[in-house]
Amino acid sequence: MTDPVTFYGESFESRLMLGTALYPSPAIMADAIRASRAGIATVSLRREAAGTQEGQAFWRIIQELGITVLPNTAGCHTVKEAVTTAHMAREVFDTPWIKLEVIGEEDRLQPDLFGLVEAARILSEDGFQVFPYTTEDLVAAGRLLDAGCEVLMPWGAPIGSGLGLSNPNGLKAMRGHFPDVPLVVDAGIGRPSHAAEAMEMGYDAVLLNTAVAKAGDPVRMARAMADAVAAGRLGYLADPMEPRDMAAPSTPVMGKAFLS
Amino acid sequence: MTIFLNGAEIDVQSGTLDALITELGYGEARVATALNGDFVPKSQRAETAIAEGDRLEVLAPLQGG
Repeated sequence: MTDPVTFYGESFESRLMLGTALYPSPAIMADAIRASRAGIATVSLRREAAGTQEGQAFWRIIQELGITVLPNTAGCHTVKEAVTTAHMAREVFDTPWIKLEVIGEEDRLQPDLFGLVEAARILSEDGFQVFPYTTEDLVAAGRLLDAGCEVLMPWGAPIGSGLGLSNPNGLKAMRGHFPDVPLVVDAGIGRPSHAAEAMEMGYDAVLLNTAVAKAGDPVRMARAMADAVAAGRLGYLADPMEPRDMAAPSTPVMGKAFLS
Repeated sequence: MTIFLNGAEIDVQSGTLDALITELGYGEARVATALNGDFVPKSQRAETAIAEGDRLEVLAPLQGG
């Protein structure tokens, strides 16, 4: 691998992490995941009626893709719920990884940062490797690191909104404040340009779902996101020029003919 | 006795969680269980007793973001 991203000691070629929800069909989901070249896919746990086997069928598809899974605690509103869900996910998916969501507010699905820190501490002490879904709040970020997190996943915008990076200055500040912590923009990405923007800022990876699953052509959008993430990363590594207010001719002036 | 499986009231016979999962037809399915809000690891299902009115959650892998 030439420029891998590493989470809890595991390295990945791709800097795109993809969700598995909301696709028109399981087949399109599988094709989109392949097209995205993502190394990590988020998954969840839900009630399963006996005999329906829906969850088992989904799990077989994921296994055939050979992708690393990151289970989430989506929909959890309390520390207790999130911690219990994490334990259930660890058993079902056989991984210490958990995308920790503790939702504090319904309209914007805003993380409950207080509950998040508490749950992160409990789970880290219990051997989990926590990927907290957080905001760009620097104080909460510091507390999450103190709690044992070795990755932070600030939102770009509310989950499923597709608004892009609502607070680019805040995200830049977070990148600058934690230069050595793997940072992932999670949620709010709607277009390839949003993903590229996050990567150009120096974010280590991008996690998205709805932008691909709800595109008119999810497989094509998956490819677009993969290319955007790769381009943004390359642009970041290439050290972009500083913008300036006035024009500066790019074509050399020297040797220009006098024709007036 | 009557318990609540994933929120729905049902009548069951089994006295332990292990036997109940089989009775309910989950077989060897990859599922995780929580009883009355607390996680019960697979290894502890055999020694976990089921009582009248218990709330059992049986969760399986599903799509997530």
